[in-house]
Amino acid sequence: MNGNRTAYSVVEPSHITKRIAGSIVVAYAMLTLIPLVWIVLTAIKSPPDSISYPPKVIPWVHFEPTIEGFCNLFTTRSRQTPEYLATLPPARGICESQARAKNMVVVSESKYIPRFLNSVIIAFGSTALAVFLGTLAAYGFSRFRVPLKDDLLFFILSTRMMPPIAVAIPIYLMYRELGLQDTRIGMILLYTSVNVSLAVWLLKGFIDEIPREYEEAAMIDGYTRLQAFRKVVLPQAATGIAATAIFCMIFAWNEYAFAVLLTSGDAQTAPPFIPIIIGEGGQDWPAVAAGTTLFLIPILVFTVLLRKHLLRGITFGAVRK
Amino acid sequence: MAEVVLEGVSKRFKENVAVDDLSLTISDGEFVVLLGPTGVGKTTTLRLIAGLEQVDGGKVLIGGEDATHAEPAERDTAFVFQQYSLYPHLTVYDNLAFPLRSPLRGLAEAEIRRRVSEVASMLRIDDKLSNPATRLSGGQMQRVAIGRALVRRPNIYLMDEPLSSLDAKLRSDLRLELKRIQNDMGATILYVTHDQIEAMTMASRIGVMDAGKLVQIGTPREIYENPLSTYVAARLGQPAINLLPRALLGDLPVPPGTATIGARTEHVRLTKANGAPRGIAGTINWIEHLGDHNHLHVAVGDADIVTLADPDSGLGVGDLVSIEFARPLFFGASGMRISG
Repeated sequence: MNGNRTAYSVVEPSHITKRIAGSIVVAYAMLTLIPLVWIVLTAIKSPPDSISYPPKVIPWVHFEPTIEGFCNLFTTRSRQTPEYLATLPPARGICESQARAKNMVVVSESKYIPRFLNSVIIAFGSTALAVFLGTLAAYGFSRFRVPLKDDLLFFILSTRMMPPIAVAIPIYLMYRELGLQDTRIGMILLYTSVNVSLAVWLLKGFIDEIPREYEEAAMIDGYTRLQAFRKVVLPQAATGIAATAIFCMIFAWNEYAFAVLLTSGDAQTAPPFIPIIIGEGGQDWPAVAAGTTLFLIPILVFTVLLRKHLLRGITFGAVRK
Repeated sequence: MAEVVLEGVSKRFKENVAVDDLSLTISDGEFVVLLGPTGVGKTTTLRLIAGLEQVDGGKVLIGGEDATHAEPAERDTAFVFQQYSLYPHLTVYDNLAFPLRSPLRGLAEAEIRRRVSEVASMLRIDDKLSNPATRLSGGQMQRVAIGRALVRRPNIYLMDEPLSSLDAKLRSDLRLELKRIQNDMGATILYVTHDQIEAMTMASRIGVMDAGKLVQIGTPREIYENPLSTYVAARLGQPAINLLPRALLGDLPVPPGTATIGARTEHVRLTKANGAPRGIAGTINWIEHLGDHNHLHVAVGDADIVTLADPDSGLGVGDLVSIEFARPLFFGASGMRISG
């Protein structure tokens, strides 16, 4: 009887219960997916279609999909007289043609790609740093006799008790003094400091679950503590590390308030940049929606890649110890 | 393999004294069993030798060198934990190879492969080598855990109740196997158990522990036949030795100062009393049939004496018997043995 006994359910749910549970999940998923679907639909509409009433819902039936939103997202354009346009050589590329049709020319690429890259660098950088520091700290708290351990852990948690924006002004002034304002490293440090407390607490829980005997066995088997940590603890904490990384990643990726306050140019991330697009010549909702749609993809990919670990995280504790 | 010496070793956990001024020499090639109930410091003693705990006082010498403050890896001991502690993310093969892949040893992969397959076939787990360690039965896991120790030639094997979580059949198989391996390899082993059969059959010497102290050490025969105290006497014997108050036994000749008389079950002789019984009289009030022999429970006054009897002894419940002791042991009021 050493089979895969699970810790959560003893009674097998009946067929009807499963059906009901299934329908609730589907209904809930649809409800939460509507805004996302609407954003994706808006991204492929023309600006007039995007604000028409009654709304146009089904592509190719209610409206003709277009990549105009994406063109507007990636380019800046200026309006020209028909006389001037007539002097130009024929349009090259889809976006140029679309601009010409509206008496405009593409002036330059927009800042979307650099802003997007900033988001990638800052989110991955701060996630990696927070998870790295969090894992080491959590291991220390879990395994060693640390003076004032409980107080330190509470202190670490307490940094999350007030809304981060409460310290926005002090941080702004501090960053200005230190020259960290509008720098990627500044944003990485800021998001790391917010995330590291979450990481320590989450990971401590996971590492506490890993019996010490594994490291002890490894140390007797001829490894130092650090080697034992790397070879035995880390692989088993992978689930927890993945889950923690996703939480940190989502925060850093979506963070808006500090990004607005502390970045404006070189280090600006995508969230404060996307709404700025609206202001450039009319209410360009498709461009905003296109920017948002693309912005969703990395986090989706990241989560799907780590999905296996997340699912294992749920069954953590069902293994024989 | 090497000699391991503990010199006056002590260890306390906050208020609790786990090991108290313990001295013990385990000679090269010797199989020493530490015996005692839960919580007397047996496991802590192993962990002190392995370096998983630091001593508060005393010395640990391994192979003649002072290892008191050495790191676990430097001491070169092998440890078999009670709860297997197989690395769950590795296959059986990688579990067995893990100690050999230590940077300290720097063995070639071919040599590792040779040693792993040798040990795996010895423990009959060679068909499981590619299994994940967690997909094994309890007995297989324990054999992998023992195998992970046996792939090495450490100074000493430390085994913490390695067989306690197995079923009876497997336990006796592995017990024989371990003893055979120890004979073949001439391994030095310190083995913790509270199973007396394991202690009696495998040990070169048994050390009995009580409250962090080593109260007696000797060959299994010495411990069984010449216990220094009632505590030691009660550790071995199944069913346990009969410890009877002096007053119960009327005119039995005993050395002065005797408070308790110990009689092992096989040393109690019963004869059916015809009419008035001679000596100590009792009544059989319960018989346990075990197949090859019976346990008779004999009421003497308000005490219960357990004896071993032949199934064909002809004694039955309700019979009046007279009782003699073949080799009684005498203990004083403190529980210490009185020679006599």
